[in-house]
Amino acid sequence: MIPALIYVVSLVVLIQFFVYYCRSVLASSRKVELSARVREAAGVGNSVAADDFQRFLELVRLCPENSADRAGIRAVGAYYSLLHVLARLSRATVPSVAAWAERERQGCSHFAAVALDRRISFSRDLFVQQASSRP
Amino acid sequence: MLGPVDYALWIAGFVFEAAAVLSIFYRKAFARYYSICLYMACTFFVQGAQYICFLKFGFRSPQYFHLYYYSDSLLTILLFFVVMHLYLLVFAGMDTDRHIRAGAVLLLFLTAALSYLVVRQHRTHLTEHFVVELGQGLYFVGTVLTYILWGAMIKLRERRARLVQMVLALGIYYSATAGVYALRDLFPAWRAAMIWVPPAANVWLSLAWTLAFLRTREEASLMVPTLAAKAR
Repeated sequence: MIPALIYVVSLVVLIQFFVYYCRSVLASSRKVELSARVREAAGVGNSVAADDFQRFLELVRLCPENSADRAGIRAVGAYYSLLHVLARLSRATVPSVAAWAERERQGCSHFAAVALDRRISFSRDLFVQQASSRP
Repeated sequence: MLGPVDYALWIAGFVFEAAAVLSIFYRKAFARYYSICLYMACTFFVQGAQYICFLKFGFRSPQYFHLYYYSDSLLTILLFFVVMHLYLLVFAGMDTDRHIRAGAVLLLFLTAALSYLVVRQHRTHLTEHFVVELGQGLYFVGTVLTYILWGAMIKLRERRARLVQMVLALGIYYSATAGVYALRDLFPAWRAAMIWVPPAANVWLSLAWTLAFLRTREEASLMVPTLAAKAR
């Protein structure tokens, strides 16, 4: 009985901590303005949509890997999948939860766009370094 | 026998524990986060000792079994002191926090002393079921303490982004490990399928703390009440 109780409580607490952690990671990118080159590369307007996340992620994967943002992208990717399931399940039954999940998914897309922007800058820096080191 | 995933987790644990210690020194944060530095350094050395024991006696040997679970329990108690230190950081400079601090300190010392006595009493017959039960209890106390700390941080409108990320990462570590230990207690036959979770949680904690030190400045702020309110 006690292990079952510990398991259930731990699982509920784990989900809460995971959601808060992802939100704290997303909060760091929320105020960052997207550059014109990212909007151009992804073909989006001034704001990103919730469903743009996968597209941004594919573009991020095309850029040379930067180990500094890998863990954050993975955590947010898992959070996005969780939100996707939640939004689908709650759309018909609890619309307010579905609306919240949609806003969060939009935040995830913005995070991925910011990550793409950073990777493009990183790639450019690499290119400039290589070009300048050539004889 | 250990597989490639076990070795990968072992190496990753080593690397990120060392990285966490180095990042604390790199950010000149030792004076403020000395308990985390000490814990990470101890975890690094314990993993080294476990590896030497594994090479010398083998994975299924009683020597490795005793060392693994003994050191795991002692590291868990050491991590309680990290939680206590995080409490002190959150409640720093307040007069009203005295009772909460005293309660937390008392609970931590009681748990540490009780665990030490229980382990000492059972050291001659440290069965697997017993150590799983002990681990489950210790990690669950850690989960509860971290959850209370997080609740206090929301109430106090904590804004320090680095502290927030460190507490949340610790909460994920504690709750994941407590959950897995409880599941192992419920279904002992699933032990093999879950054996990689505690080392993976350890890798997570050291990686998350390393990133918190490297990527988040000490003065960076975050609106925790907003974070909590919108998550509901």
